[in-house]
Amino acid sequence: MHLVDTGHADKGESVSMIEPTPLADGAPHRGAPAGGPDLAALLRSAARGDQQAFAELYDATSSRVYGLALRIVRDSAQAEEVAQEAFLEVWRTAARFDERQGSPISWLLTLTHRRAVDRVRSAEASSRRDTTYHHRNQATPHDATAEAAHASLEARRVRSALDSLTAVQREAVELAYFGGYTHTEVAGLLELPVGTAKTRIRDGLIRLRDTLGVGS
Amino acid sequence: MNARSGWSERDLHALTGAYAVDALDDDERELFEQHLSECADCRAETAELAATATVLADLSATVPPASLRDRVLADAAAVRPLPPLVTSLAEARRRRAPRLVAAAAAVVLLAAAGAVGYETVRDRTGCPADLGAGECRVFSASDAQTVTTRLDNGATATVVRSHTLGRAYIVTSDMPDPGKDKVFELWLRKDGQLTGAGLMPSGPDNIVLLSGDAAGADAVGITVEQAGGATTPNLSSAVLIDLDEA
Repeated sequence: MHLVDTGHADKGESVSMIEPTPLADGAPHRGAPAGGPDLAALLRSAARGDQQAFAELYDATSSRVYGLALRIVRDSAQAEEVAQEAFLEVWRTAARFDERQGSPISWLLTLTHRRAVDRVRSAEASSRRDTTYHHRNQATPHDATAEAAHASLEARRVRSALDSLTAVQREAVELAYFGGYTHTEVAGLLELPVGTAKTRIRDGLIRLRDTLGVGS
Repeated sequence: MNARSGWSERDLHALTGAYAVDALDDDERELFEQHLSECADCRAETAELAATATVLADLSATVPPASLRDRVLADAAAVRPLPPLVTSLAEARRRRAPRLVAAAAAVVLLAAAGAVGYETVRDRTGCPADLGAGECRVFSASDAQTVTTRLDNGATATVVRSHTLGRAYIVTSDMPDPGKDKVFELWLRKDGQLTGAGLMPSGPDNIVLLSGDAAGADAVGITVEQAGGATTPNLSSAVLIDLDEA
């Protein structure tokens, strides 16, 4: 039982100056590279057992799914496992996906995030905490796939939206989302009074939502 | 368990963001999910913030090894997609409670047998997919005690309690409506004292975590109270479900 999410597709207000191929409404189209596949349609086909459609869905989303898992679990073998599990769940439950409750990419990434966080909090949590790796040290590898090109354009837009947050809001959101830390742990890491990190996370996400025009 | 009490309504509202980025611990998550089922504003905000958070994944996009694609597509070739749910969400919720009783029994059996299969679609903890993590932990606890009672009003109530985890769930089916402006309230009895353990959501079939420490409780009570609940139980309406004391 996990949250439902509303889609944030098609409602974004572009803050980037570099959108190369805006859609008709001028909004960047999340969930697919510009002119790329319609993920909701692919999902509907996959629900009926169309493996080709599922492969296209994979190709359009795997960089985000795998990259998110990798950022959180920090181990490529485990990130692959998380991504594989998330895609299998999507394949199995595609018929039960409700478009009214959110976009396919949100659903897929939410599933992935939860699985990745569960993983870092369980078995190897202690070893991960010992590493000196810092979550900001990882650059996004550049590559030539359509999805990655799209993501890198989107990433500029997201970065500029993140810049509208206060430093504490931004750090709290990033530590929670990419670090997989609980809000209580985030409070400790940022030396905030216990109980205030959850407010910083919420305020930060609300500002991001409003800047990016996500939701309904 | 320390998060069990002391969360005000307002504190719970403030958890939308942390929930959206999976930044709650298990206890908080369980408490908040129960709150979500009763708070439409929180559901809407949580959904929006969760959708917002997924945008951040654009910052970490990384092309996976080609071998992952092969494995994912091999999975798809080997697994049949589930059929759509043909019931409405409300119906699904109503049907959930009886299934959960069966699921609880299955979990207890599985825990006893030490068997965890893949093909029957369980998560790592060995629980059925529709059982929440908190529910699963209590139902599969080695000291889980399950008591099922048929109430005079025709409803069935099952209490599952673990002393070591200090928690109890009540699973109801066919509960009648408590009446206009009334509510069913739950209680834990220890040393003859009934302590409020939360309100039952409306609807005939529910699964509810009793708030408060259930370790050592010798009974779970259900009373009918005015909407909003009472601080002292309306004993004339009380039904008690006895539990083992240790």
